[in-house]
Amino acid sequence: MVGLVSYGSYIPYRRLKRSAIAGVLGVPSGRGERAVASFDEDSVSMAVEALRDALKAAPGTSPQALFFATTTPPYGEKLNAAIIGAAVRLPVEIRAVDLTGSTRAGLSGLLQAIDTAKAGTCAAVTMADTRLAAPEGRLEQQTGDGAAAFIVGNQGVIAEVEATASFTREFLDTWRAPGERFAHSWEERFALTQAYLPLFQRAVSAICEKSGTRPGDFTRVILDAPNPRAVDEFARAIKLNPAQMSDNFALTVGQTGAAHPGLMLAGALQSARPGDRILLASVADGAEALVLRITEAAAGFRPIHSTGSMIESKGDVSYANYLKWREILPTEPPRRPDPERPAAPPMLRAEKWKYGLIGSRCTACGTPQLPPQRVCVKCRVRDKMEPYEFADRAGRIATYAFDRLAYSLNPPVINVVVDFVGGGRFLCEMTDCEPERVAIGDEVEMTFRRLFTADGIHNYFWKARPKR
Amino acid sequence: MASRGIKDRVAIIGMGCTRFGEHWDKSAEDLLVEAAYDAYESAGVEPDDVDAYWLGTMGSGISGLTLSEPLKIQYKPVTRVENMCATGSESLRQACYAVASGAFDCVMAIGVEKLKDSGFSGLVVTNPPNDGTPANMTPPALFSLLAPAYFKKYGLDPEKGRDVLARIAWKNHKNGARNPKAQFQKEVPIEAIKNSPKIADPLCIMDCSGVSDGAAAAIVVRAEDAHKYCKNPIYIKALSFVAGPAEGPLSQDYDFTTFPEVVATARDAYAQAGITNPREQVSLAEVHDCFTPTELVLYEDLGFSPRGTAWQDVLEGFFDLDGPLPVNPDGGLKSFGHPIGASGLRMMYEMWLQLRGEAGARQIKNPKIGLTHNLGGQPGRCVSFVSVVGSEIG
Repeated sequence: MVGLVSYGSYIPYRRLKRSAIAGVLGVPSGRGERAVASFDEDSVSMAVEALRDALKAAPGTSPQALFFATTTPPYGEKLNAAIIGAAVRLPVEIRAVDLTGSTRAGLSGLLQAIDTAKAGTCAAVTMADTRLAAPEGRLEQQTGDGAAAFIVGNQGVIAEVEATASFTREFLDTWRAPGERFAHSWEERFALTQAYLPLFQRAVSAICEKSGTRPGDFTRVILDAPNPRAVDEFARAIKLNPAQMSDNFALTVGQTGAAHPGLMLAGALQSARPGDRILLASVADGAEALVLRITEAAAGFRPIHSTGSMIESKGDVSYANYLKWREILPTEPPRRPDPERPAAPPMLRAEKWKYGLIGSRCTACGTPQLPPQRVCVKCRVRDKMEPYEFADRAGRIATYAFDRLAYSLNPPVINVVVDFVGGGRFLCEMTDCEPERVAIGDEVEMTFRRLFTADGIHNYFWKARPKR
Repeated sequence: MASRGIKDRVAIIGMGCTRFGEHWDKSAEDLLVEAAYDAYESAGVEPDDVDAYWLGTMGSGISGLTLSEPLKIQYKPVTRVENMCATGSESLRQACYAVASGAFDCVMAIGVEKLKDSGFSGLVVTNPPNDGTPANMTPPALFSLLAPAYFKKYGLDPEKGRDVLARIAWKNHKNGARNPKAQFQKEVPIEAIKNSPKIADPLCIMDCSGVSDGAAAAIVVRAEDAHKYCKNPIYIKALSFVAGPAEGPLSQDYDFTTFPEVVATARDAYAQAGITNPREQVSLAEVHDCFTPTELVLYEDLGFSPRGTAWQDVLEGFFDLDGPLPVNPDGGLKSFGHPIGASGLRMMYEMWLQLRGEAGARQIKNPKIGLTHNLGGQPGRCVSFVSVVGSEIG
């Protein structure tokens, strides 16, 4: 039996109220709010967070293939999935692939992982997007940022894959050339009537035929399209019961591009019961569809974070700050030097530390320490260290500083001294947090972030955040 | 193995110090020429009488050529020294040991920094190529880590703690107002200090030392030769310097209310100088007040106040110019300014003036023993220097 073994999802902490956009620009306001990747997040860092959860929820699984799907890859040339693999501490002996170019890439990635698992290999897929749209446009309010990840395999399956279907169709609706920040779109009615509705129709018919089901048989139906009207019209056309429709997070998160069908699936899986069937279809440049059947094993599965808990764990960002974070609004540079680019040889030497947050533990006296040391800070014995992972350990704040002089897109820079439960101390930046909420003794957890970009090199490393 | 020291074996016979501040019209070379010739003149020696030089600078030049070129030093050893913000003290330490060893008769320690040319706010340090993981913290943020930890440990509410820190800055400005060479020669009311722009809460801009240009120099000879040059030299009683293992960022044992490196140098220096009760025996001290919480913690690390009580001493005026143990009578880094490589020698310059009764409006009555303390780095990861000097042998 091939199917989902585990899943994780990630919704960034920051929210932009749609009324805040409307208030500044004087455009009509949508309801609710959209999730916003913080100034130190991108599709890679969010994909890491989702995949960390998926791996943690299924201890013992060891994917041998990693698929990363996004329309907003931080690197145009250089494998983004390699960064993700290093951050979640996957071994070198894996296949890793970036899938991009269309919002359907998320489901394409999941189907790739399914095919890989059918060939007998456990595979991971993680999908994330930081949607960027021009101010005043419909997409600016409609889109959101987020990530989802799945482990697909043959053992411990919680959702069996019953059928899949893929279609590819060449038509022009949304496009963006390399170097362009915002996508262009054709007039809406064209793609809606000539592409999305017919594609939904074909995909759902095909998959029902393959799995011997009818639309009414599904406990949950997840439909995803660049234009939400396509979802509404199709659901009405095939007479789906509104109770079947999965939460599309329109009011709380926004449409998260390549991550969206995955994020909705994570939301649906949380409340699914053994025997339930889920239909998933995503249209964009064609269609991907699949049918999942929830197994008995699902009853014993708990995600590390539910989508609901991450929707509730939030803090506002003003529209002005959002525009600064996305570098849509240029600002006066600080009277401080630009960050120095990290250097390739030290990054390779420190790969396990920088990406995996792996420190060392002295086998002579047992003291964990980070970064990894050769001579023990406690007993001073030389070269008796073993690797020691810190990424998933909780810590407490020993002291803190608010740096208003250091350059940041979100001043002040909050620095904390983290004392890990079980030993080890780390002086690092704290994120997703307001200064007035920092106190000695507070519990924090580690999160993978992009510290800055210099000379086109994205400098990824770990920060602390309040426990979510 | 021991740190034996060189008590009373070398003496300072002349010193020079430029005004510290914004020297838009002077280069590092200009400042070096001024400080060096001030020192020659003060000691009554000619350039050719000086056998060797130690030049301290963190970033205003590399190699001995930084000094030999502007001074036209005639084929003599010039060693460039760097130990972060303790660079100036380190150049003096090396010069003193060279004389004590017998290798040279007369040497100069000189330090300089030209900070105002960078165009940036605050201090800027360039790092070797790295993996991009070291924390990007500015010096005020690094030293502000002390404040919440100290306040919490000793039960000071943040308001009270804020008052204590402001009182330290207020005192140093009050002293600096009596110093014609200080960068800021103005008293600043407590409220103005507390209401200045925040830099690294609770630190405001008025909790930070002045970013400054300047140079200072000392001429050192064997103690037995000192009276050939001048009738009131000052004698080196102790020189202690350590670089710590940087345990603070690594070990949960460190609590951010002390500098273990300072404790180690103080212990060593007091042993060298034969000081058993620093609170009583030290007449005055120049300490490394880069930021106000640093000075607060130093009072305890140097043994001037028992643990957890320095804040009370501050509020009671114990370290004021007219208090029992004046600290930073020249205004300190806060008011005199902090041109990195020059600061350690500037501290010694105040000892030179005070112990010889030449400190003018801020002269302390009849001082016998002075202490300078200079550090570089951050809490839990630093280098520290302590010297003890006196006006008499013995």
